[in-house]
Amino acid sequence: MSLTSGAATTPAAASPRAAWRRWAESRTALLAGLLLLGLVLAAVVGPWFTAQHPYDLGGLDLMDGRLAPGSTGANGQLFLLGTDEQGRDMFAAILYGLRVSLLIGLGSTLLALALGGLLGLIAGYAGGWVDALIMRLADMQLSFPPILLALILLVLIGGGTGNVMLALVAVQWAYYARTMRSAALVERGKEYMEAAQVLGLPAWRIMFVHLLPNCLPPLIVVAALQTASAIGLEATLSFLGLGVPVTQPSLGLLIANGFQYLFSGQYWISVFPGIALLLTMTSINLVADRLRDVLNPRLEVR
Amino acid sequence: MGAYIVRRIGQSLLILLVMSLLVFAGVYAIGNPVDILIGPQADQQDIQRTIAALGLDQPLWRQYLLFLERALQGDLGTSFVHGTSAIGLILARMPATLELAGFAIVLAVVLGIPLGLWAGLRPDGWADRIIMGLSVLGFSMPTFWVGLMLIMLCSVQLGWLPSSGRGEIASWLGLPFSFWTLDGLRHLLLPGLTLALLNIAMIVRLTRSGAREAMQQEYVRYARAKGLSEGRIIGVHVLKNILIPIVTVTALQFGSIIAFAIVTETIFAWPGMGKLIIDSIQLLDRPVIVAYLLVTVTLFVLLNLVVDLLYGVLDPRVGRGARS
Repeated sequence: MSLTSGAATTPAAASPRAAWRRWAESRTALLAGLLLLGLVLAAVVGPWFTAQHPYDLGGLDLMDGRLAPGSTGANGQLFLLGTDEQGRDMFAAILYGLRVSLLIGLGSTLLALALGGLLGLIAGYAGGWVDALIMRLADMQLSFPPILLALILLVLIGGGTGNVMLALVAVQWAYYARTMRSAALVERGKEYMEAAQVLGLPAWRIMFVHLLPNCLPPLIVVAALQTASAIGLEATLSFLGLGVPVTQPSLGLLIANGFQYLFSGQYWISVFPGIALLLTMTSINLVADRLRDVLNPRLEVR
Repeated sequence: MGAYIVRRIGQSLLILLVMSLLVFAGVYAIGNPVDILIGPQADQQDIQRTIAALGLDQPLWRQYLLFLERALQGDLGTSFVHGTSAIGLILARMPATLELAGFAIVLAVVLGIPLGLWAGLRPDGWADRIIMGLSVLGFSMPTFWVGLMLIMLCSVQLGWLPSSGRGEIASWLGLPFSFWTLDGLRHLLLPGLTLALLNIAMIVRLTRSGAREAMQQEYVRYARAKGLSEGRIIGVHVLKNILIPIVTVTALQFGSIIAFAIVTETIFAWPGMGKLIIDSIQLLDRPVIVAYLLVTVTLFVLLNLVVDLLYGVLDPRVGRGARS
C-alpha cells in the first residue's frame, strides 16, 4: 500500500496554535474563512429574523408569486431576491435551505469521519485479516463513483433527510478509513508505540490515547475537503428528486424548483440559491486547500 | 501475471455477486416484491399467477438463485411503462450516453491541456492566476448548476444553442452518432461542456503542476543548450513527459463521467441511460430500475477490471505487487 497521504504527519502539527497562525497567513484562506463564518452564522440565526416563515403556508400570499428581485409585495414587504411561484421570499427560503444543506453536509461528514476513522484505526493497528477485510471493503466502495452509489442506495431505501445522510456516510467512510490506516501504519513503526506495547497497555488505550491523536492532521484535511463534496452531492441528489423532502428543501431542491422558470426568464428562483451553494462550496474548498498546505508540509514544497 | 489476472477476475465476480445481493435485498427483502415487479393495474388473479411464476412463494435463498438465473439469461422483467424488455430498453439508450461521455472527455483534453500549459509555463503570471481561480470554481460548482447556467446564458438569453434533446443522427463507418452532423454537434455542445467542466479543472491542475516540474528538469536545460526552439521543447519533450499521468487520470475518470451523465442527461433531456433511470424512478417503473442498477454495476466492474489489467500490462510491477 502506498503511504502518500500519511507520509508527513507530525512535524507541522506540533502545536495547533502554530498551525492556525500559518493557516491565517494566506489572505485568500482568511477571506474564505470569514465568508464561511458569515454563511454559517446566517444559516444558524438568519431564520429567526426573516419576516416570513417560508414553509408556513398561511404566511404566503399567492398574489406575490414570482415577483422579480427588489419588488414589494401586496403587504408592502420588500422581496430583496424575489419570490417563487407560491409567493415565498427567496431570501428567507435560501436561509432555511442553507441550514438544511449545512446540517446534512456537516452531519454526514462527522459520522463518516467517526465510522471510517475507527475502521481505519482498527485496520492499521490490528493488521492481518482484519486489515485485509476492511481495506477490501473500502476498495470495493471506492471503485464506484460516489454519486452512483448514493443514487443506488437512495433508490433502494427511499429519500428523506436521514436516508440522504446515511447514503452520504456510506459513500464517504472509505476515504477516512484509508487515510487513517496509512497514518496509523506510519505511527505504528515509531518508538513510542513500541514502548506502549512493552508497557503492556491495553489495545484500546494504545489506539485511542496514543495512536489516534497523532493520526488526526491528515484526517482533518480530508474531512474539510469532503464537507464541500458532501454538500454538493446532497444538492445533486435533491436536485434529482431523490434527496430531502419538499417540506424541508435544501439549496439543491430550491434550485430544482426554479429550473422550469428559467426558460421564461425568471432566473432568480434558481440562480440565487445556486449562488449561495457556490459560495458555500467554494469557501469550504479554499479553507480546506490552505489547511492541507499547512498540515501536510510534503505537498507544500512543490 | 497469470495468477494476478485470475485473482483480479475472481475479485470482480465477487463484487458482482455482492452487488446483486444488495439489489436483491433492496427489492425482495426490504420492499414488497409484489409491488415492485407487478404493475399497479394487475388484478388479484394476475398477482397470484405472477407470484407463482416468479417463485415468490419460495424461501428467500431459492428466490435469490432464481433471480440470479433470470438475470444471467438477460431477463430482468418487462417495463411497466414501455411494455418492452427492461434490459433491451437500457441497451438501446446506452449509445447516447457513451456518445455524451466520449464527447465530454475529448472536450476536457482539448481545453484542459493547453490551458494547463499556459498556466504552468508562466507560474504566478496573470493568466496563471485567472486559470487557477477558475479551476477552483470548476471544482466547487456542482454539475447540475453549471448546466442550468449554461442553459440560461446560451439558450435562453443569447439563443445560440438548443437546450434539450439529441440532434440529428447520421451514420458514418456504420456508427450511428450525432457527432457527424452540425445539428447533432450543436445539441452536444452544452451537455458535453457541462459534463466536461470538472474534468477540465482537473486536467488543468495536472498539466500545470506537471509542466512546472518538467521545466526544471535536466533534459529541458539540455534541449535549450542544444538550441532547440521553445515550441519544440514544450510541444514535444515536455508534453510527452506530462502526458502519462493525464492519460491515466482521464481513463479513470471515464466511469465517473458516465455516472454524472445521469445529472446532465436529466437537465438537457438527453435520451440516454441516465435520463431513463430518473424517469423510471419518478414513474416507479421498477423493473427498469432493477435492470439499470445491475447493468451499471456490471459496466463499472468491467471498466475497473479492464483498467487494472491494462495497468498490469503497462507496468509489470503492478502484477507482482498486487499481493498486498
